[in-house]
Amino acid sequence: MTILASTPTSPERAAIVAKIRDKARAIRMHALNMVYAARLGHPGGDLSVADILATLYFGVLRIDPKAPRDPGRDRLILSKGHASGALYATLAEAGFIPLEWLSTYMKPKSMLNGHPNRNYVTGVEANTGPLGHGMPIAVGAAIAGKLDKADFRVFVITGDGELQEGSNWEAAMAAGHHKLANLALIIDRNTLQQGARVAETNDVEPLGDKFRAFNWEVVDADGHDPSALIDALTRPEGRVKPLCVIAHTIKGKGVSFMEDQVGWHHGVPTKVQLDQAMKELSLS
Amino acid sequence: MSAEGTAASRLFDCRDAFTGALEAVAEQDARIVIVVNDSVGSSKLSSFRKRWPERTINVGIAEQNMVGVSSGLANGGKIPFVSAASCFLTGRALEQIKADVVYSKANVKLVGQSPGIGYGELGPTHHSIEDFAWLRVLPGLAIVSPADPWETAEAVKAAARLDGPVFLRVSRFGVPPLTRRADATFAIGKAETLREGGDVAIIANGVMVARALVAADALAEKGVGARVVNMASIAPLDIEALRAAADIGAIVTVEEHSTRGGLGGAVAEFVVGYRPCPVRIVGFPEFMPTGGIEFLFETYGLTAAGIARAAEEAIALRHKR
Repeated sequence: MTILASTPTSPERAAIVAKIRDKARAIRMHALNMVYAARLGHPGGDLSVADILATLYFGVLRIDPKAPRDPGRDRLILSKGHASGALYATLAEAGFIPLEWLSTYMKPKSMLNGHPNRNYVTGVEANTGPLGHGMPIAVGAAIAGKLDKADFRVFVITGDGELQEGSNWEAAMAAGHHKLANLALIIDRNTLQQGARVAETNDVEPLGDKFRAFNWEVVDADGHDPSALIDALTRPEGRVKPLCVIAHTIKGKGVSFMEDQVGWHHGVPTKVQLDQAMKELSLS
Repeated sequence: MSAEGTAASRLFDCRDAFTGALEAVAEQDARIVIVVNDSVGSSKLSSFRKRWPERTINVGIAEQNMVGVSSGLANGGKIPFVSAASCFLTGRALEQIKADVVYSKANVKLVGQSPGIGYGELGPTHHSIEDFAWLRVLPGLAIVSPADPWETAEAVKAAARLDGPVFLRVSRFGVPPLTRRADATFAIGKAETLREGGDVAIIANGVMVARALVAADALAEKGVGARVVNMASIAPLDIEALRAAADIGAIVTVEEHSTRGGLGGAVAEFVVGYRPCPVRIVGFPEFMPTGGIEFLFETYGLTAAGIARAAEEAIALRHKR
């Protein structure tokens, strides 16, 4: 397996990557502050998906916070809705919601529920949370775009443990059958699920082969490398298959004591741990 | 208004009214698409597919994906009518219905085909006598069980007009067309009083409404006045009609559904909080033995005679208090 990594060769790409890295750092800091204040959340998954979200919102998606329901917009559906902290932080950084909202995360009557609600939060495309729901919704949106000969793309992010849900494979089969080239799945492949390693629980490997067998194009990429993710997500025109990007990530990425630790799936940092995390992130 | 004599009329399959009305609204609105699980034939949608093959999305035998895809189609600006056997649509994809459609307020129309005991001898796996119960608890989902072809067609049009989720229960069990005033109108959430009476209120929906009218005729011969209310919408409920029924003081509910959690449950929940009175719930209390539709209706008293009997029991209970 070749994992796509990329060094920006043009000044334009280098500038985009620098901006994405800044945004990813901000997203991580917001998310940890939110979890700390709420005493609740999913910091491990927030940190593993932060670079993917930052790359999409600041390097790939054609979206406009001033026209969030534009029929021609690209769609991003976060199927792993428990990473809501990272999603809200991203939407705030991208101008869809006020930054001040982030401090209300999971507080009584906050718009920022533990799992995202599209009727509360501008920019959220689907009410996710129960796993295995994002893929079918993304397939439906992609079919709608294809019917209308619209040129928007639909992106969906799942976890890797999430792929144990059968509904994903119903959707994967449909996407391959309908040749949904306007659909891209990004798997946050951090190898951990809530209780243990994915491989020890109900292994999803060989993951790429599974999607190839379902008539998808598959690319492995470093999920913390914005340039590699951009390359993976903007592959040559003329694709006829849906695209699956297996984004190899580290759960808890960016905070040394959280990295690759199953306990941080929904752990809450102490003040000392939060300060340590902020220090590490500010130096990253 | 009486519908006397309708039971002797020719029987109609409401699926024909469903497809006719759906094609009519689809002609007017290009956003309307259908989503099926290899259920074109059983939904009588062959004509729709022939006219609009590109607007016919067949996801195969995959109900969770079917409902999720529909939510995504709505996100993409379509108005999907999902048409599938009610047992699989509602049972297999309940979490998708809850999260992707109702909680999301997605503009998706769920059409439960061949509900109740429409599949007769195929047995309890294929019966859908639970759908009202597990959908009725989802706030914001309109639930409509039309009684005859006219109401089925009107409900399709109303569902297409409404910007929000709807569950429409379309029976395959033949029913007579009800006699209505020429200016009769249909609205989701509005009950229809088909016959006046002051001793007992019979509240029915779907294919049971015609039988309730026959039961009312039989009761009238005994000097018992039965009001017959067609409560096509279980959600939202017509509270005025329920108040009026509770004011009579004896109620029978009749539905092609479990005795738990359906129309009867909805009526009882309201009545205990308003003016408690006897409510006899006619429906199916258990997984049923092998048998055809008529056999099962007879066995569990979902007949004119069974409804009349339940009405007399409700009246007797009221007098005991």
